[in-house]
Amino acid sequence: MNIVVCVKQVPDTATERKLRSDDKTLDRDAADGVINELDEYAVEEALKLKEAHGGEAAVTVLTMGPAKATETIRKALAMGADKAVHLTDDALHGSDALSTSYAMAQALGRIGFDLVVLGSESTDARTGVLAAMLAERLGVAQLTQAKKVEVSGTSIAVERVTEYGYDKVEATLPAVVSVVEKINEPRYPSFKGIMAAKKKPVETLSVADAGIAADQVGLAGAWSEVAEFAAAPPRGAGTIVKGDGDGGTKTADFLVTKKFI
Amino acid sequence: MPVERVLPSSEGHDLIELTREIAAKEVAPRAAVEESAGRFPREVLRTLGASGLLGLPYPEEYGGAAQPQEVYLQVVEELAAAWLAMGLGVSVHTLSCFPVAFYGDAGQRERLLPGMLGGDLLGAYCLSEPQSGSDAAALTTRAVRDSGGFVVNGVKAWTTHGGVADFYTVMTRTSDDGARGISCLHVPAGTGGLSFGAPERKMGMRSSPTAQVRFDDVRVPADALVGAEGEGFKIAMAALDGGRLGIAACAVGVAQAAYDAALAYAKERRQFGSRIADFQGVGFMLADMATTIAAARALYLDAARLRDAGRPYGTRAAMAKLFATDACMRVTTDAVQIFGGYGYVEDFPVERYMREAKVLQIVEGTNQIQRLVISRALARD
Repeated sequence: MNIVVCVKQVPDTATERKLRSDDKTLDRDAADGVINELDEYAVEEALKLKEAHGGEAAVTVLTMGPAKATETIRKALAMGADKAVHLTDDALHGSDALSTSYAMAQALGRIGFDLVVLGSESTDARTGVLAAMLAERLGVAQLTQAKKVEVSGTSIAVERVTEYGYDKVEATLPAVVSVVEKINEPRYPSFKGIMAAKKKPVETLSVADAGIAADQVGLAGAWSEVAEFAAAPPRGAGTIVKGDGDGGTKTADFLVTKKFI
Repeated sequence: MPVERVLPSSEGHDLIELTREIAAKEVAPRAAVEESAGRFPREVLRTLGASGLLGLPYPEEYGGAAQPQEVYLQVVEELAAAWLAMGLGVSVHTLSCFPVAFYGDAGQRERLLPGMLGGDLLGAYCLSEPQSGSDAAALTTRAVRDSGGFVVNGVKAWTTHGGVADFYTVMTRTSDDGARGISCLHVPAGTGGLSFGAPERKMGMRSSPTAQVRFDDVRVPADALVGAEGEGFKIAMAALDGGRLGIAACAVGVAQAAYDAALAYAKERRQFGSRIADFQGVGFMLADMATTIAAARALYLDAARLRDAGRPYGTRAAMAKLFATDACMRVTTDAVQIFGGYGYVEDFPVERYMREAKVLQIVEGTNQIQRLVISRALARD
C-alpha cells in the first residue's frame, strides 16, 4: 500500500503570528515554524497503517512550502516515514486553498498513491477544506474528520466525527482521509529515527516538475484575496457574576448569550 | 530561556532538542503532582526509553547511541531540570548497565545489553547496605558458589528503583578478602528469593522508589558473574566515577530550574514600587546563583571531556559532584528565599527543588567522601 501523508509547516501557535504588510501573506520569519499539529496525527496514523500491513506499505511525506519547510519534512521522517517529496517554488507563494489543492493534486498524481492522509485543518489558515478539494481534484473518495481508520484489502472504513457522535463511512481505495486529534497519540521521534531521517530520500519538485500551470497558483492564481487585516483587539475586562442565590441562573444566562449552552 | 549549550556535533544538538521537547511535554507537567502523590511514573521512563534515552553512552552495536559523556550528561541535566526523579532515573539506569558494558564478556554483552539499552527495561544498582554506606568494601551480602552457579544471601539498602527495576546489578562478597573479595552479579527481577522492602519515605524524590533489596537463597547461574571473581569493588568504583558525573549533571539541572523560577519571579514581583530583581540584595543573589551554576556546569563538562578523551577522570568527577551538589543546595535555598513565603509552599516548585537538592549531597558518595577521594589523590600524585 502506498500511503502519502500531506504535512504543512505552520507558525508555532505559542508565538505571536503576523501577516506581512506588503502582500498580506503569512510572515514566516516572525514565528518559529512547526509541523501542523493535526498533521502529526496524520503521520502517526499512516505509520500505524503501515505497521498493520507489515513491510507491504510505504509512507511518503508530501509538503508544499518554502525551503524552511524541510524542518517539518525531517520531523515526519524522524517519526518513521520512509521518504518525502517537497513541492517548493517561488511561484507557489500566496496560493489559497483552491490553488493549493490544485498544486498538491498535481504532485500527488506524480507520486501515485493508494491512500492520502492529512490533518483535518491547519492551525494557521484553518480553512479545513483541503482534504475535500484534493479528493474532488483527484477523483477519489473523501473520508474526512476521521477518528478511526481501518484498511482491509482495497476497502477503507472510517468513523467520521459529527456533532452528534460519529458516522461510519466506507469507500474503496484510492481515497483521501483527514484525521482529527482523537484518532491516536502521535509518537515522539527516537534519537535513532532522527539520525536515520537525515539519510532518507527527499525529492524536490518545482512547479514545472509537477506539471503545475504557474498562472494557476500563487497570489496571481488565487481565487480568494485578503482584502484587509487588523491586529486582534486586546481582551476586554471579564464579567463578574455576583450571586445572591441566583448566581447559577445568571451564569447560565450569560453562557446562553454566548451560545455555549 | 533554554540554557545555551556548546555541543560537539549536530546530532548532539538534535538530541538535546528531542530531550527538551519530551521534557516539556511529558516530564515537567507531571512532576509536581506525582511527587506530591509519591507515584512512580514507569510510563514516563518508557517514553524516554522509546526515544532512545536509556542507552545513550553505550555502543551502537548493542543498541546504544554511542554518545560521548559530554552530550549524554547534558541530556541528564535537561531531564533533571524538568523532574529530578527522571534525570536521576536515567543516570542510575545508565550506571547499572556499565558493568556488563565494560566488564562483561562478549557473550554477556550480546545476550544482555540489547535489552538493557533498548528502552523497555529499567535497571537498579545495589552496592550500599544498611551497615555499609561510605565504607562500601565492608559489604556483607554473600554469594556462594553452588552447583555451577551462585546462591546469594543478604540485604542491600537505598536501592533506587528497588522493587520496580527489571534487573539488579549487585555487588556481593565472594570471599573474605576485603575489597578484593567482592564480585558483581547481574540478577533479573523475578528471580526466586528476591524481595523488596517498602519504599523509604523520603524528604524529596518521592516518586522514585528507594527500597531495600533482600536476597534469600537467590540462585543465579555462573554466567551472572560480570567481570572476574573478586573484581567487583574495582567495577563498583569505576561505575561510581561515572555515576558521580550523572549526579553532578542532575544537580546543575535542579539548580538551573530553581534559578529560572527565582529569576522569573524576581522580575515579576513588585515591592516598594520596584521589581525585586532591581533591589541589589536580590540582584546579587541572582548573580551568585547564575555564576555558580555556570561554574558547576563547566566543571562537570570538563570531567566528562577528560573521560571522553580516555584520560583518568575520577578526581575531576569527584570535584564536579562535590561542587555541583553543594552549589545546587545553595542555589535552591536562595531560590526559596527570593520567593519569600511563596517559596515555602507547595503551590510553587522551589521548595521541591530545595528538598531534592539535599539528596544529591548524599548519594553516589557523600560530599565528605568526595573530599576524601580528592585529597587522597592530591597527596598521592
